[in-house]
Amino acid sequence: MKQTIKAAFTATIPVMAGYLVLGFGFGIIMHACGFSMALAVCMSAFIYAGSMQYVAVGLLTGGASLLTAALTTLMVNARHLFYGVSMLEKYKDTGRCRPYLIFTLTDETYSLLCGDNAAIPDGEKHRYYFWVSLFDHLYWVAGSAMGAAIGSVVRFNSEGIDFALTALFLTVFLEQWLSAGHRAASVIGVAVSAACLLLFGPEHFLIPAMLIITLMLCLYKEERKHD
Amino acid sequence: MTELQIWTMAAVIALVTAALRFLPFVVFNGKRKTPATVEKLGRLLPCAVMGMLVVYCLKGMHFSALSGFLPTCIAGLVVALLYLWKRSTLLSIIVGTLCYMVLVQQIF
Repeated sequence: MKQTIKAAFTATIPVMAGYLVLGFGFGIIMHACGFSMALAVCMSAFIYAGSMQYVAVGLLTGGASLLTAALTTLMVNARHLFYGVSMLEKYKDTGRCRPYLIFTLTDETYSLLCGDNAAIPDGEKHRYYFWVSLFDHLYWVAGSAMGAAIGSVVRFNSEGIDFALTALFLTVFLEQWLSAGHRAASVIGVAVSAACLLLFGPEHFLIPAMLIITLMLCLYKEERKHD
Repeated sequence: MTELQIWTMAAVIALVTAALRFLPFVVFNGKRKTPATVEKLGRLLPCAVMGMLVVYCLKGMHFSALSGFLPTCIAGLVVALLYLWKRSTLLSIIVGTLCYMVLVQQIF
């Protein structure tokens, strides 16, 4: 048990750096826009989706309609459908903590858990999923609370620290590539996204990219593995 | 907006986000056999999605000035090479991020 928690904590350190800072940034923006700390913390605890929360500040200050808010959320967070589909097997028999695991499945938690987690013994895997999810969630909420509380008092030039999340995705991507998972799928993911980015621009490329990736993977024939 | 409207909107955003997260688990709940195509997607998507997320992180790059792409490229290369060499996620991320911060704050 103790070892599992320790392993989970170690695995989440890169996310801690990113989440504390990005959460902090969210808290500061909420504070600057005149929203209460309670709202900032509740949004981080119950929406718990980084990029969407930044978009939400715009919706809240711009006085958007509820329908606009719902549709925007649908667009920005549609990628979570992807994560769910690929975690169906893993989260199958996780018992009581299953709803929590599903609720807290962010980009970063997903990137930590989608691999083999081979170092964790089989019986401990569920607990490991839970602790990784919980630690990430806490970092995010704590970062937001600190940002909203401290506001603009602290001066620390953290410009560029959000690169930690880019680096995290990059290392997970490399690991998948090196462990010879499904290289064709990796290539499809990068190539289709890059093509859509060039075609549709940075604001609108995610949805077409997801549709085309899904379509291509459906048509793709897996090689039979000898095991 | 009134306080009530603000909290209502935050709640709507939270509900839609949660709905998206729960939907796959509700639709394929194990009572019926999960279709083979969905199982295949479950195996292949992690690799494809991570590629997509990498591109997503790089979407802010532009080529109208050196500062638009060089820091990202250099730091990205540091992360990749260090990872190929040491295979340590933590080391790659710390060194790569520090490198990026120095580049955007001091040099570009």
